[in-house]
Amino acid sequence: MNVPWLTTLLVLPLLGALVVALLPRASTAVRPVALGFSVATLAVAVLTATQYSVGSGEQFQLTEIYPWIPQFGVSYALGVDGISLSMILLGLVLVPICILAAWDDVPAEGRRQHTYFALMLSLASMVVGVFAAIDVFLFYVFFEAMLIPVYFLIGMFGGTRRARAATTFLLYSLAGGLVMLVAVIGLYLVGPRGTDGFLVTNLIGLDMPVEVGRWLFVGFFIAFAIKAPMWPLHTWLPLAAEQARPATSVLLVGVLDKVGTYGMIRFCLSFFPEASQWATPVILGLALASMIIGAMLAIGQDDMLRLIAYTSVSHFGFIVMGIFAFTTVTQTGATLYMVNHGFTTAGLFLVAGMLIVRRGSRDIRDFGGWQRVTPVIAGCLLVAGLSGLSLPGLNSFVSEFMVIVGLFQRHSWVGVIAATGVILAAVYILVMYRRIATGPRPDIDVPDMTRREKFVVAPIIAAFLVLGFFPRPVLDLLEPAVQQTLQHVGVTDPAPAIDTATAEGSDR
Amino acid sequence: MSVHDLSSGLASASLALAEPGASAVHATEATGTAALGWLMIALPLAGAALLLLGGRATDRWGPALATGLSWGSFAVGAAVIAQLLGLPADERSLRVPLWDWVSAGDLSVQAGLLLDPLSLAFVMLITFVGSLIHVYSLGYMEHDPDKRRFFAYLNLFVAAMLILVLADSYLLLFVGWEGVGLASYLLIGFWNHNPAYAAAANKAFIVNRVGDFGLVIAMGLMLANFGALDYATVHGSAGSATPMVLTLIGLALLLGACGKSAQFPLQSWLGDAMAGPTPVSALIHAATMVTAGVYLVARSQAIYDLTPDARVVVAIVGAITLLYGAIVGCAKDDIKKALAASTMSQIGYMMLAVGLGPIGYVYAIFHLLTHGFFKAGMFLGAGSVMHAMNDRVDMRRFGALSKEVRITWLTFAAGWLAIIGFPFTAGWFSKDHIIESAFSAPGWQGWVFGSVTLLGAGITAFYMSRLFFMTFHGKARWHDEAHPHESPLTMTVPMMVLAVGSLVLGAALYPTGILTGWLEPVFGHGEDHEPLIPLLAIQVSVFVLMVLGVGLAWLRYGRDEVPVEAPRGSALTRAARRDLYQDEANDAFFVHPMSTLVRATVDTDRDVVEAGLTGGTVRGVSGLSSYLRRAQNGFVRSYALTMLLGVVAILGAVWVMQ
Repeated sequence: MNVPWLTTLLVLPLLGALVVALLPRASTAVRPVALGFSVATLAVAVLTATQYSVGSGEQFQLTEIYPWIPQFGVSYALGVDGISLSMILLGLVLVPICILAAWDDVPAEGRRQHTYFALMLSLASMVVGVFAAIDVFLFYVFFEAMLIPVYFLIGMFGGTRRARAATTFLLYSLAGGLVMLVAVIGLYLVGPRGTDGFLVTNLIGLDMPVEVGRWLFVGFFIAFAIKAPMWPLHTWLPLAAEQARPATSVLLVGVLDKVGTYGMIRFCLSFFPEASQWATPVILGLALASMIIGAMLAIGQDDMLRLIAYTSVSHFGFIVMGIFAFTTVTQTGATLYMVNHGFTTAGLFLVAGMLIVRRGSRDIRDFGGWQRVTPVIAGCLLVAGLSGLSLPGLNSFVSEFMVIVGLFQRHSWVGVIAATGVILAAVYILVMYRRIATGPRPDIDVPDMTRREKFVVAPIIAAFLVLGFFPRPVLDLLEPAVQQTLQHVGVTDPAPAIDTATAEGSDR
Repeated sequence: MSVHDLSSGLASASLALAEPGASAVHATEATGTAALGWLMIALPLAGAALLLLGGRATDRWGPALATGLSWGSFAVGAAVIAQLLGLPADERSLRVPLWDWVSAGDLSVQAGLLLDPLSLAFVMLITFVGSLIHVYSLGYMEHDPDKRRFFAYLNLFVAAMLILVLADSYLLLFVGWEGVGLASYLLIGFWNHNPAYAAAANKAFIVNRVGDFGLVIAMGLMLANFGALDYATVHGSAGSATPMVLTLIGLALLLGACGKSAQFPLQSWLGDAMAGPTPVSALIHAATMVTAGVYLVARSQAIYDLTPDARVVVAIVGAITLLYGAIVGCAKDDIKKALAASTMSQIGYMMLAVGLGPIGYVYAIFHLLTHGFFKAGMFLGAGSVMHAMNDRVDMRRFGALSKEVRITWLTFAAGWLAIIGFPFTAGWFSKDHIIESAFSAPGWQGWVFGSVTLLGAGITAFYMSRLFFMTFHGKARWHDEAHPHESPLTMTVPMMVLAVGSLVLGAALYPTGILTGWLEPVFGHGEDHEPLIPLLAIQVSVFVLMVLGVGLAWLRYGRDEVPVEAPRGSALTRAARRDLYQDEANDAFFVHPMSTLVRATVDTDRDVVEAGLTGGTVRGVSGLSSYLRRAQNGFVRSYALTMLLGVVAILGAVWVMQ
């Protein structure tokens, strides 16, 4: 039976959004229906994942390809490899968690609640679309279309400076999108054209002039660097994260921003191998700068949500480094980091949100001593923070470690500088925790974590531990896709300096 | 002769020595009880999880359960040792494979345990002393409202420390390594409603992370050069690596060791760590965790044996720290901080000993074990004194407590005799051997390291006697506001056990050959070198220096009146009171520049990147954006739609032109 799994995943949340939006004005079912659709989508996603075969030699699986605008070579083409499947799963796991976390964000007056949850569900649909598209033009459509729900989630439901935040977000994204659009068209022109000229598989290994390849690479890269976000194109993020609801920020920073790093792998590396290697020194430099400057900025923040946003800039630096170090270890580490960072960010944003709701302030200076006010929430903040500083045994460690030690195989000095990140991360997380949770108990009486909030946090912490100790299934999913990409780039892993198989005394 | 010639000469010498060493022993897969070795870790880990997740429901029985689980680990460890004793010496190295952990490209790590004489020696120390301290804490923490959380963290610590010593790869070791760091952080900050304690906890974690930075680099070098992180492959192929690589790995590992073991230049966190409850200081910041650096170097002997350059640096770091700690110890009036300084100094001895290579490994581990007993015993004694004196720590307000807290005094005296190296106590056996080994080091090293260890022994006798006399003897400098009373049995029994260990452990382990025999499969049979000066001369000098140190301390702090307010003191005393200005130096070189940099980065980000780039863009389209703000709905949608239409139009144009 040929089930259109990915289309189902794409349509189901959209349908949910429609149903939620059309519910009667006074309906009390808005939230349960939204949650129901998100859980159903997740269930289908799990079924979809079981249809995926890890050992298959095909680059994309579960493909659905239909001509859409054949005159322009555009197809409706969906398909996944290990990287995109893991991103879709991440997104669809986080959506129900975020809906549950956002339960009381919007009062049930008028239709605002309807709109809020409908937008979140449509965002889920966009996540599926943007990661499953294997037609460059279709990808572009989703890349732009996903701005719409995010724009409204920030602009309608955000904080006091929401208008500016939403506008900045939109302008940055559109600017990146425009540059990419030019590159997309250029790519089509140098490709085989024809009725399916935008299919990813038809654009790999093209023979094009070096200069053209480099220009097109830059066009794609700028768009992805804005999305990722990399220093110095990152400034829309702290503002957006500060103004958006924590649940929105989770989906934006934890999932949608991964389109940036995903796009680097899928498009920049696969289509422009020569240009990728040509640009590597500059990009590694920018990635190091993102990692270090992001961390420094996080250390200096007084706004909880901005602080978390800056930690993401730092972590994206690691991911980009891993991608452009071109070894199986670093790139598998980077793609695993993309998954891990989603959970870490979710933990940090959502627990911070619980504190902010109780205190009525995002300013860290308004806190202090909260370990004695809400011990469970404070404890969860610490656990999420430990994931953020890559404590061994928790999720981020495996991926960050793979990126750093893998760098030593090709760029030792970059590895040494990258390793300073372990110190900086300890500073920004522990200083934040000290300022929020330690010190004398303030004179505030608020309830500790509610049952609903426990359901929000429990799956995230479970993910920390499972991915920390048993990352194998995810690694096995990612590694073949990474090797495929490296093959497109045309690099092989550097061999260890010492052949341990023949070295004396080895008993492996 | 240049240093280089010296060290290459050394290389050949140590190669010859290393020949019969450890890497010859191949681990086989564990069977029987040993296959259940993972239980040692699982029991306390389960305890920690249960107590943390169980909430108040576990308040009543949680602490007792945690204590029982810690003893359970000890029992499993003892059973594994019994099984190993049944095997021929060269087969006492068992692997317990656990699960496939990480695998991608060249990086493939299976989580597994290594049960060998070295790891099990640590298991015994950790679980025995650890369990005693659990028992002690039942009394010490009895009235703390957060007792359950305390025991959860203690169990977490034991589990992490056992992962550290039982791991069979550097990567799994790192899990334990940072895990003990986390437990240490949580326990230093246990009373973090006091901002100074919260700051101390942060300091400990962050300084340790500087060390971990080194460990990560070491693992990066291992992956690039050996393509592996497990001990078997890395140690097995160390001989094929270039000296440069081995030296770099050795130095990077040393940085990690310096962080964890509070060795120069990463020593600054240990004194502040005394903010934690005293049982924590005894277990984590004296007996076990802070010795992890020594374990790391000893475990990596296959690497250090081949890199005399890195080894000399290890020994130098140890030598500096042992004097540093001793000097600081002379000036501290806070009983816990004085003990912390002494811990630094004693670990300096161990570090120096492992830096000596094959002639020092066994004695380093020996001193580590005896130190675990006598230092933990003295910390528990200090806790008992604090218990008696309303949590007061200033020794200038103690005095004449020997009559008030008799058991504490006697047990403390046992630890004191051991640490000053009184003949036939545990510390005498272990420390004297380190001094003798130091004098056996080749060339200038013998003289330098020998003299430093000898001098250190004298200073140790002085400052530990100062501490002992100021606390228990002389005139009472406390008044009626304190009502000294002896602690309950839950506290005194562990102190008594540790006191017995402080007195007899040396005689039980060394002259009988138990320790050297047990560790021989790991460290080989390190032949005793001829020291530069006769053994007897060394032993007599050590004894004389000890007597001088004790005598001087007695004159100044036993016989003479101790002023309640500290006198101004010499420049050196004032410097030592401030830990030789370590915090001032760190602030000047790292903290302040870093803060300035952070400030500047934040300002730049706000003013230049954000205001300039973003603000410029936004202002540039200000008409547009203000319009956007007024008409949020509809317009953006139509804008996006316009963009899409634009795309179609451009594509259409392209198509037409073709």
